[in-house]
This record gives sequence, C-alpha cells and structure tokens, in this order.
Amino acid sequence: MRTLDSLTTGERAIIRTLEVSEDLAYCLSAFGFRIGKTVQLIRRARFAGPLHIRIDTTDLMLRACDARCIEVQRQPA
Amino acid sequence: MKRVALIGMPNVGKSTLFNRLTGSHVKAGNWPGITVDLYSAKLLLGADIVELVDLPGVYDLRGHTEDQAVVSTFIARNRVDLMLVVINASQIERQLRLVSSLAPLGVPLVLILNMADEAAALGIRIECEKLSSRMGMPVCMVSAKRGHGLEQLRTLIRTSLQEPLQPPRADIDERALDAAAHACVFVPAQATHAQTEKLDRVLLHPWLGLPIFFGVMFLLFEAIFWVGKPIQDAMSWFFDTLRNVALVPLASGLPEMVRGLLFDGLYSGLATVASFVPLIILFFLCMALVEDTGYLSRAAFLMDALMSKFGMDGRSFVMILMGFGCNVPALMGTRVMRSRGLRLLTMLVIPLSLCSARLQVFLFFIAALFPTRTAPLVLFSLYLMSIAAAMLTSLVFKRRFSNNDALVLEMPPYRLPTLSQVILRGWHEVMHFLRRATRFIVAGVVLVWVLTHFPIGAAPASAQTWAGQLGAFLNPVLSPLGIDPQLTIALIFGFVAKEIVIGSLAVIYARDGGALLSALADHINWIQAYSFMLFTLIYTPCLSTIATIRTEAKNRAYTVFAVVWPLALAWVVSFVFYQTAISI
Ligand SMILES: Nc1nc2c(ncn2[C@@H]2O[C@H](COP(=O)(O)OP(=O)(O)OP(=O)(O)O)[C@@H](O)[C@H]2O)c(=O)[nH]1
Ligand SMILES: [Mg+2]
Repeated sequence: MRTLDSLTTGERAIIRTLEVSEDLAYCLSAFGFRIGKTVQLIRRARFAGPLHIRIDTTDLMLRACDARCIEVQRQPA
Repeated sequence: MKRVALIGMPNVGKSTLFNRLTGSHVKAGNWPGITVDLYSAKLLLGADIVELVDLPGVYDLRGHTEDQAVVSTFIARNRVDLMLVVINASQIERQLRLVSSLAPLGVPLVLILNMADEAAALGIRIECEKLSSRMGMPVCMVSAKRGHGLEQLRTLIRTSLQEPLQPPRADIDERALDAAAHACVFVPAQATHAQTEKLDRVLLHPWLGLPIFFGVMFLLFEAIFWVGKPIQDAMSWFFDTLRNVALVPLASGLPEMVRGLLFDGLYSGLATVASFVPLIILFFLCMALVEDTGYLSRAAFLMDALMSKFGMDGRSFVMILMGFGCNVPALMGTRVMRSRGLRLLTMLVIPLSLCSARLQVFLFFIAALFPTRTAPLVLFSLYLMSIAAAMLTSLVFKRRFSNNDALVLEMPPYRLPTLSQVILRGWHEVMHFLRRATRFIVAGVVLVWVLTHFPIGAAPASAQTWAGQLGAFLNPVLSPLGIDPQLTIALIFGFVAKEIVIGSLAVIYARDGGALLSALADHINWIQAYSFMLFTLIYTPCLSTIATIRTEAKNRAYTVFAVVWPLALAWVVSFVFYQTAISI
C-alpha cells in the first residue's frame, strides 16, 4: 500500500489506515481525516518542506514525515 | 447577568462576530490562533444586558494546548447559560463534530453557520430548518464580516435566553452528526476557492514562492519608509512650530527650572515620540492587511523546511513576523504549540524581532546619519539582522528545547479585509501606543530630565550630573561598542520601553525635531550609530515582553535566561561589528 507522502501532485487517494501517534491522530481528526475519506495532494514545498493537502473543502499543510504514517489507496477513476 | 459564550474551531470568525455584536475591537485575523485568551463584553439585547465571551478556537474540550486549556478551564469554572457554536459554513461536516464534545456539558447550544458569503460562492446549499430539527437546536446562517443575519441572531439569542432551550441530547455522537451533515448540506463536487487557487499557484510557486515572499516584505518596509518619513517630518515641524509660536510665550512667566522641565523634558520627549504616531498607524495597517489576507499561513508553508533545520517550524516563523508589530501578542500566540520545547525555543527568539518600537529608534538614527538613498537598505539590513539573530539563537539552543510537535495547519482561503476592519485595527493599535505612552514615556522622560539636570549646579547633561555619573560607570562596558555615555543613558531607559529611547535622547540633547537630528549627527558617526542600533535591536526586550515571558513560561530560570542571553549576544554582535568597522 502507498503512503500519503508518495502521491504525485494533483493526485487523489482514499485513506486506508491512520496509524499515527495519539497527538497527530487528534490533529488529523480535527481536520476531517478518517478512513475512507478522499484526500488530494495539491503541492509540495521545496527542500522537503510540508505537503499542501486538500480534504473536502479544507486545505491544510502536513509534514512529509507525518504523511508517511498514513496509508492510502489510489482512487478508482 | 446571563452569560453567553462563543465557541468554535480556530479561524471560523468568532472574534469578528464578537466585535460585530458587542462593538468591541478584539483582534481578528486570517490565521488559526489569533485569539488565545478570554475576552468578554456586554451585549445589549432589547432591554436585557448579557455578557458575551469570546474564546480561543478549539477542536474539542480535551485541551492539548495552552489556548485550548483556557477554554476548558473557563467552562469548568463558570456558569454558561448559552453557547453559540460557530461553524464555518463551508466546512460543516468536519466542524459539526465539535457538538459531540459540547453536548455532555448540558448547556443549551445554538448553531451559527458563519461565512455564509463564502459558502454561497462555493455553491454550497444548506437546509437550515432540516439541520435544526435533526440537531435539536436552533441554526442561524450569518456572515459576521458582511454583517448579514445579525438581527436574526440577536433575536435568537434573546428568545433562547428568555425561554431557556433544552440542552442537546448528551449522547449525540459523531455518526449522528455526520449523518445530519450529509442529509442537510450539499457540497458541489468541485467546491474550491478559484481565486485562492490562482494566487497560490504564484505565491506558493516551488521556485518563486520564497523570493516573492521576501520581495513583498521588502516592498512593505520600503513603502512605510517612503510614505511615513515625510509625514513624520511634517509632524516634527508641527510640534516645533507649536512650541515656538504658542507654548513658549504662554509659559514665559514660569520659573526657569519649571520651564526647563516642561519644554526640554516633557515637551521635547513627548513631541519626538508623538511624531512617530502616523508611522505607527501606517505600519499596523500594513500588518493588519498581511494578517487578514491569509498570507501568514503561506509564509509558514514556505519557511517550514528551513525552520525545521533550526529546531522550529513554520508557525515559529509566523510568530517572528507577528513580533515585528509587537513582541507581546507574538509571545502569546505560541500558545497554539503543543510541544513545550518548541514553545520555549520560539519564545526565546521572538524578542529578537524588530518590533515597531525599535523601528522608531532606527528610523530616527537612520534619518540622522545615513543619506536618503541608502536609508531604506540600512533599515532592511536591520530586519535581516533581526532574523539572523533569531536563527543563530535557535541554532545554539535547539538541542536544549527539543521539538516533537506535528505541524498540521489550516491554509485558509485568501480574504480581503473590509475597510472598516482595517481602520478599526489601526485605531486600536494607536490607542495601545498612546496607553503605553502615557504609562511609560511620561515617567521616563521626566526621570531622564531629572537625571540629566541634577545635582543642582551641574551643567545639563554633563559628566557631573547623575546621568553623567551613571553613564561613566557603565562606559567601560559599552565604549568598546562605540556607545558613548549619553547613548548609554538612553539604552538604560530603553530597557523599560524602547519608545523612551528617542524621547530620552531629546531630553539629553535638549532638542527635538530637526535640531535633535543634527545634534546627534555632530556627536556620533555612522559606525557608532549602526553599532548602537544593533545593540538596541538585540539587547534585553522591554519590560512588558519580559513580564509576558514570565507569565507564559511560568518559569523564573527561563525568564532570567531569556533576558541574559540577548544581552550577551547584543554585546558580542555590536563589539564585532564596531571593532571590525573602525579597523578597516
Ligand atoms: N468571508 C468571510 N470572512 C469572514 C467572516 N467572518 C470572519 N471572516 C474572516 O475570517 C478570518 C478569521 O476571523 P476571526 O474572527 O479572527 O476568527 P476566530 O474564530 O476568532 O479565530 P481564532 O481566534 O483564531 O480562533 C478573518 O480574516 C475574518 O475577516 C465572514 O462572515 N465571511
Ligand atoms: Mg478569535
């Protein structure tokens, strides 16, 4: 399975697992991250900076190291 | 008196609504975590007065951070008769979940769907009545920014207090909330903020993003310089004329000593400081504009990679930027950080931010000693020095304050503040400035006058006065930096508030306006001036900043450290600069 940080720019995917630390899980759930939700990678910042992610109508930034803990599955077209 | 609280996730417009309803001026801005403390005001509803409380944004009531703890403590300690749950109407599905943590409190809830204008622009349709019956609580659509739906909201609050509402079912769970959102809210498949997307494509461009950011900053400071400087000159001319034409003849009957205190002390000091008021207004209007557009979150995005090398994150950089206005709110803004290490490290570097009070000192010195052509560059170099000092500090101490915080930060759409929002904000800052002025500056300049004129018989500001003795005492430490005894006195007072520095120079040289500038240019050269500015930039933050560090960190040793470190750093930086510059 792929992780969220491996998406290419503009790609959408469905969240499959959210095995993250308690603190991060708390932040993510506040932004609507749940298993089965669709997320889209909008862009990445240079120099291995954060990812710009869209989930529903919310845009947010997330560091790549944290995104690596989220497994996703490519959305069937 | 009944108490009504505004509660909701960060950046949904609680403070904007609070200001609208009560006519107050609490700070609002397009950055999650602008409000980190409680504010309350009286709200007039027909014949009744109720207390309305604005709270920091929360995701639930578990209180992971200091600002969220403010909310849970408030709710635990106070009786609340009604809670207004503010939700961004374009993000109902995720934000509705807050209701499940509020329901068990047993307080009646009213659901406010704010930013109705943005939701409509995105093509989102909401069936309010259906939502209201499914949730078992009144629902009201408003736009706090545009002022839409506020009359209905007032009526709703009044009736909800008169015939108390039933609190929501305590067992309302997330599944039920999700289902309610699905049934009553229709979001088009492509609901994106088109303008924001376009702007982001440029402003967050992989290669151009950072250069654009620094370019924008440079232009803003430049603009402040070019627009503000002539206004400030006009102000000094005005105060000069007022003194010579109106006040001096009026006071001719007073004894010599009293006249000296009034004119060379109070008037010179205050007029010099007051001539900066328009500039401060202008500066804060720019700050308000930047804060309200949503560019701050983008700055966090662009700078995070670099900041992480220094043990901090994008939010720390935004706090440094906010510190350019005033260090105190920036220090409080760190409450949104979960990791204590990150918070302490960020609080250590914020006082190095070139705040608006220091800006006045620098503009003054730059005007006195640098030609107009290089002046803006000199100022910009000081801003860069400010950031460099912050970076150096974090590099040295990042191991002591380890950061394990995740950075999950909303990037709200760009928003243009309304004219009244900007004006109100500018007005508020001026009042803040004037309050500080009356508190510190008057006392400061009077004290400087006394020190530079006593004991009786000593020539004013000479080595025989108390100030002269004090300056001579500290001279061995500061003369290697090119800082003479007169400037030393100004520095001592700058410890209390940086605004006093130029006020006290006016008293020390017994001049104001243009005469003060040329007196300064006669006494010191540009190398001494730059060294003095470097020292002023970095050395001990002002008293309010220290007090804030103390209350926020709740640790005396840390506070002492936060005072001593910049002092040492300032000395070394100025020493290196001055000794290098005079030897080449
Ligand atoms: N378009 C639109 N923007 C709004 C509306 N209400 C508030 N805003 C903007 O939303 C941003 C956030 O407003 P605030 O009032 O600071 O939000 P808050 O909920 O107090 O935020 P925190 O204090 O950070 O929790 C500001 O830029 C406001 O101008 C609205 O009805 N419509
Ligand atoms: Mg607020």
